[in-house]
Amino acid sequence: MNEMILEAKDLHFRYDPDGSAWALDGVTTRVRRGEFVAVLGANGCGKSTLAKHFNAILLPEQGAVTVEGMDTADDDKLYDIRQKVGMVFQNPDNQIVATVVEEDVAFALENLGVPTPEMRRRIDDAMKMTGIYELRHRAPHNLSGGQKQRVAIAGIVAMSPDCIVLDEATAMLDPRGREQVMQTIHRLNRDMGITVVAITHYMEEAARADRVIVMSRGRIVMEGTPTEVFSRTEEVRALHLDVPQAAELRDELVKAGIPMSEGIIDPGACAQALYELLK
Amino acid sequence: MIRDITIGQHFPGNSLVHRFDPRMKLVLTIAYIAVLFAASNPLGLALSVVFLGAMYGVARIPLKMILRSLKPILPIILFTAVLNIFFVSGEGAPLFQWGVISIYAEGVKYAAVMAVRVAALIAGSSLLTYTTSPIVLTDAIEALLRPLNRLHFPVHELAMMMSIALRFIPTLIEETDKIMNAQKARGAMLDTGKLTDRVKALVPVLIPLFISAFRRADELAMAMECRCYRGGEGRTRLKVLRCCGQDYIDLAFCILCFGVILASRLVFPDF
Amino acid sequence: MASIIKVEDLSYVYNPGMPGAVTALEHVSFEVEEGDFVGIIGATGSGKSTLIGHMNGLNRPTSGRIVIDGRDVWADPSKIRDFRFLTGLVFQYPEYQLFEETCYKDIAFGPKNMGLDEQEVDRRVREAARFVGLDEALLDRSPFELSGGQKRRVAVAGVMAMEPRILVLDEPAAGLDPEGRDSILSAIKRYHKDTGTTVLLVSHSMEDIARYADKVLVMAAKHVAMYDTVENVFARAQELLALGLSVPQVTKIFLKLRQMGIDVPADVYTIPYAVKKIVEAKARHDAGESLELPRPAGAPQPKQPERQEGGAAE
Repeated sequence: MNEMILEAKDLHFRYDPDGSAWALDGVTTRVRRGEFVAVLGANGCGKSTLAKHFNAILLPEQGAVTVEGMDTADDDKLYDIRQKVGMVFQNPDNQIVATVVEEDVAFALENLGVPTPEMRRRIDDAMKMTGIYELRHRAPHNLSGGQKQRVAIAGIVAMSPDCIVLDEATAMLDPRGREQVMQTIHRLNRDMGITVVAITHYMEEAARADRVIVMSRGRIVMEGTPTEVFSRTEEVRALHLDVPQAAELRDELVKAGIPMSEGIIDPGACAQALYELLK
Repeated sequence: MIRDITIGQHFPGNSLVHRFDPRMKLVLTIAYIAVLFAASNPLGLALSVVFLGAMYGVARIPLKMILRSLKPILPIILFTAVLNIFFVSGEGAPLFQWGVISIYAEGVKYAAVMAVRVAALIAGSSLLTYTTSPIVLTDAIEALLRPLNRLHFPVHELAMMMSIALRFIPTLIEETDKIMNAQKARGAMLDTGKLTDRVKALVPVLIPLFISAFRRADELAMAMECRCYRGGEGRTRLKVLRCCGQDYIDLAFCILCFGVILASRLVFPDF
Repeated sequence: MASIIKVEDLSYVYNPGMPGAVTALEHVSFEVEEGDFVGIIGATGSGKSTLIGHMNGLNRPTSGRIVIDGRDVWADPSKIRDFRFLTGLVFQYPEYQLFEETCYKDIAFGPKNMGLDEQEVDRRVREAARFVGLDEALLDRSPFELSGGQKRRVAVAGVMAMEPRILVLDEPAAGLDPEGRDSILSAIKRYHKDTGTTVLLVSHSMEDIARYADKVLVMAAKHVAMYDTVENVFARAQELLALGLSVPQVTKIFLKLRQMGIDVPADVYTIPYAVKKIVEAKARHDAGESLELPRPAGAPQPKQPERQEGGAAE
């Protein structure tokens, strides 16, 4: 299974077609089916603009984006693409349409014209999968931020997409809500094989992905496994991003003359290495 | 506080009233309002209030909610009541006289009837929104207006707009509360000072609120498009409106009640 | 030194007497000394936000009292506006409160409400803008043209310009990227140092608290769970984790080492201090000293730690 689900080829985009500022300045990348990719970068680096190209909210000025081989510029394929690639946005309040949880989860299926009995089954499955089944009769505005985001995710899952793009979906949540959403997303990725593209500026979230893409000024500047990326602490920090404290501690210890192996980015590995050193 | 406003809020539940067919519920609510005005005798009004109270009881909506929904319009109720007390003149001797002001028994009676009627009107229409989810309610409106589609009236769009407006009422109320607190923290006189100052002080609340509402609208539109929204054509529904036997029984019961109330006016016009 | 904030047996109930009454704070007491930088941490629903709403009289205690600068806030409710200026309160996502045509006017809103003359307002606006690192040229621009991070700084400057004795901020870095976060937090730290203003900072990020605060107030289930210096609070890492809070990653590493039986201090919460302690430990280790943690009865080790176990819940 090495099939590419998302492909961006030499993607250029600017919000002002006469301006000189390129929001995306030649982005080429591919996402494999089943992969969990984190796109990391400071505000204004173009990561959200890239995300919006993956389901044809934005169309490239130059270059092309294809979703399972379908060109996003192809008008006839618009709804197929949007059904394949679901999108979860930052503000949980601004993406919930209905006043009852289950009705909101059903919104996309209603739009797609799915027959009612099948709709019932699919939304029940989606709500169970995202852990909000117990909340199905509640009013969304009474839920916590993490619960609201999971309602939004359930609404996407009900469409049975192949890929979910999270556009800073955890930025407005407290640590608990963030953890709930991340666990849900990882479960969808693991158990249902849904490809995930998570746009974020939280280093902790990127560290749990299969692959990290770091963007700056509309370009991809680093790419690799979390260990590969976060071991390059100086470079990451120069891009105004955080590095895990474990990696930072490892670097500082090496500077202080204490031998530490490379590729330490999480507390467990760091503690283990120090234990070997001091036991 | 501003959070007390509950008009247009939905209280999910599973009572007989909640499950009642929304189209019938909507038509009956309108009929109930008509009954309130048609049955102008105190007995009829009392029966209407009892009927509404019983419905609230069946729906298991706490009494507190009625009071809360009445609070914002309390000034209007009181104002009309006072006007009626002073300006309605009767045939008999006035109850009270002082200078040009005279109060007649008819005035008091009329004021009371008016106040109860307005209160029942608000409480009655609130019951509809309390027990019917806005989406279902808009479905009902859509269904009832469907014949207008032939005249190229945008029925689905209208219904969608209404349901979104209802969905965002609590969100925007909460937001108003937050913005008010933030401006109060910077010394804005929202809870103290003269009335003119207070009105002026609303500008720092309204501008951020509008900006935020537009931003929300923008984001919501994008989220809806991402979920393949493309207007009313070819849409199916999670909850299909279908009348069952229970609905007809409920309908018959309500019509019977309304009939009794109206009959009371004909039989006892003076009570 | 005198306490500028005294919270005495404070309880707060939303909708008291109603069936839907919710207790948000229960018997909260603590004092803050003038010039302190206190971090406030606690899970959502622990009562943090309700607590800070009391600091400038937006919330009125159901019972107990709050004394600011020697004055009981609710002794005379008609004077409540004084406390709005004595305690500057910055809410979450404060950029949503911006409304004026220019940044200058927006920052001037608070000082103008205080009834200051134009010259003084001007001085305060420019100084506050300087503190948050806002370019003078931006002052004449509309706040709505700015980036998210800049808007946030304008909003914070709007409260700083009131020159309150106490500055309370509810998650001033929420939603910002690392650069925006560092920029706003270091501006607050600089303001604290230069003006001596007492600062209360609510944050979910333990790393930020460790970096900027001197003391930490931990709220849990409507109560004050801990109130101590940063090192003493983070030394109780296991208790914090049990409260559903986290600790800085470097504290976690040292906690793990101690669970593996290595004698390193528990109160580590910054990288430089951690490096220093590891270097010291390494020197002792190389000198042949054993770093095995002693485990006498009653020692702070609750259980026999296994090497592979890894310990605390993440």
